[in-house]
Amino acid sequence: MKAFTYERASDPAAAARIVAAKPGAKFIAGGTNLLDLMKIEVETPVHLVDVQDLDLQRIENTDGGGLRIGALVSNTQLAADERVRRDYGVLTRATVAGASGQLRNKASTAGNLLQRTRCPYFYDTNMPCNKRKPGTGCGAIGGYSRQLAVIGGSDKCIATFPGDMPVALRVLDAVVETINGQGQRRSIPIADFHRLWGDRPEQDTVLKPGELITHVVLPRPLGGKHFYEKVRDRASYAFALVSVAAVIQPDGTGRVAFGGVAPKPWRVPEAEALLPRGAAAVTARAFQGATPTSDNAFKLPLATRALVSVIAQAKA
Amino acid sequence: MKFETAEGTNPIDRMKVIGRAHDRVDGPLKTSGLAPYAYEQKGLENVAYGYIVGSSVAKGRITRIDTAAAKAAPGVIAIVTAADAGKLGKGKNNTAKLLAGPEVEHYHQAVAVVVAETFEQARAAASLVRVDYARVKGRFDLAEELKTAPLVGGSGGPNSSAPPIDRVGKFEEAFAAAPVKLDAAYHTPDHTHAMMEPHASIAAWKGDELTLWTSNQMIAWSKRDIALTLNMPLEKVRLISPYVGGGFGGKLFVRADAIMAALGAKAAKRPVKVALPRPFITNNTTHRPATHQRIRLGANTDGTITAIAHESGSGDLPDGGPETAVQQTKLLYAGANRMTAMRLAVLDLPEGNAMRAPGEAPGMMALEIAMDEMAEKLGMDPVEFRIRNDTQVDPEKPQRQFSQRQLVRCLQEGATRFGWSKRNAKPAQVRDGQWLVGMGVAAAFRNHISTKSAARVRLGRDETVTIETDMTDIGTGSYTIIAQTAGEMLGVPAEAVVVKLGDSAFPASAGSGGQWGAANATAGVYAACVKLREQVAQRLGFNSADVVFDAGQVTSGNRSAALREAAAAGELVAEDHIEFGKLGEEWQLSTFGAHFVEVGVNAYTGVSRIRRMLAVCAAGRILNPKAARSQVIGAMTMGVGSALMEELAVDKRFGFFVNHDLASYEVPVHADIPHQEVVFLDEADDKANPMKAKGVGELGMCGVGAAVANALYNATGARVRDYPITLDKYLDKLPDVA
Amino acid sequence: MSDFLEPGVSRRGLIAGSVASVAVANTPARSVAQPTTKASEAPMMPVRFTVNGQQHSLSLDTRTTLLDALREHLHLTGTKKGCDHGQCGACTVLVDGQRINACLSLAVMHEGDEITTIEGLGTPDKLHPMQAAFVKHDGYQCGYCTPGQICSAVAVLEEIRAGIPSHVQTDVAGKPKFTAAEMRERMSGNICRCGAYSNIAEAMIEVAGAKA
Repeated sequence: MKAFTYERASDPAAAARIVAAKPGAKFIAGGTNLLDLMKIEVETPVHLVDVQDLDLQRIENTDGGGLRIGALVSNTQLAADERVRRDYGVLTRATVAGASGQLRNKASTAGNLLQRTRCPYFYDTNMPCNKRKPGTGCGAIGGYSRQLAVIGGSDKCIATFPGDMPVALRVLDAVVETINGQGQRRSIPIADFHRLWGDRPEQDTVLKPGELITHVVLPRPLGGKHFYEKVRDRASYAFALVSVAAVIQPDGTGRVAFGGVAPKPWRVPEAEALLPRGAAAVTARAFQGATPTSDNAFKLPLATRALVSVIAQAKA
Repeated sequence: MKFETAEGTNPIDRMKVIGRAHDRVDGPLKTSGLAPYAYEQKGLENVAYGYIVGSSVAKGRITRIDTAAAKAAPGVIAIVTAADAGKLGKGKNNTAKLLAGPEVEHYHQAVAVVVAETFEQARAAASLVRVDYARVKGRFDLAEELKTAPLVGGSGGPNSSAPPIDRVGKFEEAFAAAPVKLDAAYHTPDHTHAMMEPHASIAAWKGDELTLWTSNQMIAWSKRDIALTLNMPLEKVRLISPYVGGGFGGKLFVRADAIMAALGAKAAKRPVKVALPRPFITNNTTHRPATHQRIRLGANTDGTITAIAHESGSGDLPDGGPETAVQQTKLLYAGANRMTAMRLAVLDLPEGNAMRAPGEAPGMMALEIAMDEMAEKLGMDPVEFRIRNDTQVDPEKPQRQFSQRQLVRCLQEGATRFGWSKRNAKPAQVRDGQWLVGMGVAAAFRNHISTKSAARVRLGRDETVTIETDMTDIGTGSYTIIAQTAGEMLGVPAEAVVVKLGDSAFPASAGSGGQWGAANATAGVYAACVKLREQVAQRLGFNSADVVFDAGQVTSGNRSAALREAAAAGELVAEDHIEFGKLGEEWQLSTFGAHFVEVGVNAYTGVSRIRRMLAVCAAGRILNPKAARSQVIGAMTMGVGSALMEELAVDKRFGFFVNHDLASYEVPVHADIPHQEVVFLDEADDKANPMKAKGVGELGMCGVGAAVANALYNATGARVRDYPITLDKYLDKLPDVA
Repeated sequence: MSDFLEPGVSRRGLIAGSVASVAVANTPARSVAQPTTKASEAPMMPVRFTVNGQQHSLSLDTRTTLLDALREHLHLTGTKKGCDHGQCGACTVLVDGQRINACLSLAVMHEGDEITTIEGLGTPDKLHPMQAAFVKHDGYQCGYCTPGQICSAVAVLEEIRAGIPSHVQTDVAGKPKFTAAEMRERMSGNICRCGAYSNIAEAMIEVAGAKA
């Protein structure tokens, strides 16, 4: 771990200002992903701005009948909130399907959106990785790619976004609110928040340097039945091979997003519209143009089967 | 004490202290966090921190090491590379060198250690060491290399001219003639031990004497190998390893943490502590090698096996050894015509070596699926098929009998308890909601190994009994069963015995490995206690032949005296060892069991879940049923891991194990494991040792993976012969749901 | 470019002159664009927190994790380093009553916090009920993951009592129950390679029952 200086911020705009002004500065909240990566020097910040004291720790009702979740609300706090459990079951389910109890106590809402990929070549600094070190190549292409993307990757990178909670946020059409050093706020629909890798896999999201997430806003509840079906090799404490977040209405329509398959939570509105016609129709459309490797081609039928399971549960 | 004839009645048979389900004597220390592991030794002054730099290539030559930037980094005290380590030897048990240079033999092989004032400084400076390599082409593809790999092993021994294929009768002819045949290939992947405590050592020099607090299973072996590696006299080396946070074979040998701590401490002229970082352990240390196996079974229509052949291929670095996956097939089932053979490919992956039940663990994973497949071909119940082919003699040398063999009873008892009769022999028939449910069975088998083991016993003036032996407790319960053994022998409660372990200053024991630790180490303690009893009797003026030690009293006929009186005039000390004659050649000493598993497979997603597990074991006298049960459930858990999720992924281009941390190499978690049941048959093996005990720690792992595989087949109808059985391998065989 | 890597490595995956070059540096990706720079002195910072009821004032390298502060500075080695990456749970401690992985938290981030480690739960002479239950049910073998398991187990019972939902709950809006399935799921962040899971679950059920 490279040496770094550390300070605690007391004001969101001030925190953003510091990080924007100082090359190599980063925010730290829960630290559960950043410190992991700093220890192996995948991340090498020279300055950390600890945002834990900021007043971003509450979940408030919005005028629009939704919820405004502070960026520092822990995964545990979010999952346990009565309103979230009642009205946004998919979010509670996705959140408690991720990581472990200990990690969820520390991990923040904003940090969850900013999780970096778990691609093993990204994690091994001896290996080529365009995401970690632009221009070095991709070790995963032609390598071990069982966990990696089947769609949305590029010839530079086939990493997946590893999180669970954001897959549910995608289904809920959440909005990410940020602030920058000038105190300007912006709202980013979750659909636009994570990038596809293209030629710049080093950039995970559309956030600008120093831009700080302050809240995640949930629109008014959707009703319907909420599901988060996470398929993994062991029963808990593992990243998804494939996950399905879904809200299904009594008439068989609904929303669905997939995790573990792409650089971002994967939701295709045209595919989702086919829900009444069954899972196979949805996934055929959602994964149109998929380019799986021989290691991870199984994710395509698996995604279909996981969605069949969700639809069956919705009908039960 | 030499053990040469079957044991008659001895004081252990009373089983007043030994053989009881005693809580671990080290439990309060372990549960309160006060048991000191290697990296945690206190009382050392001025300890510096070492951090190892590993090779970034799998095979090649170091052309240049530039340590200037690292040396200039804050807090750095010393840096040691092969260029300034002096001439190093190699341990007898090491295949690859522990410090590379100039040749690099495998990925993450240590190339330097950076010593600094703090851990943070050492870690940061280590990344500033710049190493240039001339990379050369390596061999990383086992399947490819096995095509031309030579045969190895066989019963002829290393210098024998006998062909390295073991044969009995005429396998090929019998197989060709058999009315029912199976010929199938199986694959097991590379596994990593993933013990929870990383390899760790603290080294301290006093002049030319080295003390190493280290996490190690085999003190005497490792003391020897440290002396060999550092080119120093044996008597100048001391190893201390009182608590070992798991080993599973990964800590049988000296590893880089110990050598680099010693070299770093010498250079820094201060004690140095080194722990291997978790992402470094997999490729830096040893692993269980992958196997490609072929099994052929031929049988008559009544289920009698007439031909059995097992071939296995594995790989290792030059001068390494094979994974002996055919071992159990020589002994487990009858059959007049037999063949076993192994091939060993040279691979430039990290060093292959022992992991819990080497040989049998992967061998049984294959053989016991084959038995299930064959039973189905025969239309027989798989329990019945195994019973039909039981043998009470060594099938290769029929004049040798098993000292004890209750495999049939294990299978029958297990079948009854598990409700085996409710199993539907036709796969994919039983459903519980969205779950396809199936049951599987496998035999368990692991040989018992007798090996010399010594101990010292002291009877203090305050009546305290103290045992000293270099035996280790790696979670096996050594502290407890040794206390129980001494307690039984001297007529005191286990709590009254102080057990001191893991110090090379103590008499050399069997150590912990190959499930030989418990039986041999306690037999060594038994031998020392027999000697002490003689001294006690003599001090008290008793005829030693008929003396009874019980409840703190020593009694002979109608005379009785307090044990403490014997030491009133001064401490009594006795030291002895157990060694073995030819009984183990005359008799086959093995342990047996049966595993029963119920698996559910989600009909939609293919996710598998273990629903029930039962093991019935016959392994000689069980010294502490509580600790022994834990050994078995732990082995069953590891067996579930190897059946369903564990696999080191090989990158055949760069030549390394890709998933080298605990997030990407998945081992079972709480949620994967249901309540587990273990039954021990009542046994005492008088041909094994005076304790009449054998081992269970590896038996519990042998076969369980296949029982899971067979249950999964029974649930789904999908036969997967390529471990681990992850859902991607059978998803397309599940019922159509779309 | 060396020839032997060519067949195995996808051309689109690897660019010329990176790792496939004949001479490769130990950390090629870094050393290509960023020749070795002099390491800067790490700043020291003061931090105060309470561990097991005792106040501590430390001056630490900012890089020091809470785990290393406990183990290497306060010599409370009951909290274990199993992976140092949040992948095993051996370092689980309670901070202001919540369990966290001490390895993935900087010590300087814990100013003013109340930390409880395994040493603060009980001592060999006076074991916490959960520690005693682990001994009774043989909920451990090598003992290395044990302090983390016990800290986690204590917190898990509180989490169930507080109604925090889990992955295995059928109705996440409802109240969780003290079942074995709940405990197994919630304990899954604590890996035990010795495989004492079955016994740990029984120890927890006993303590939960005794408390309920």
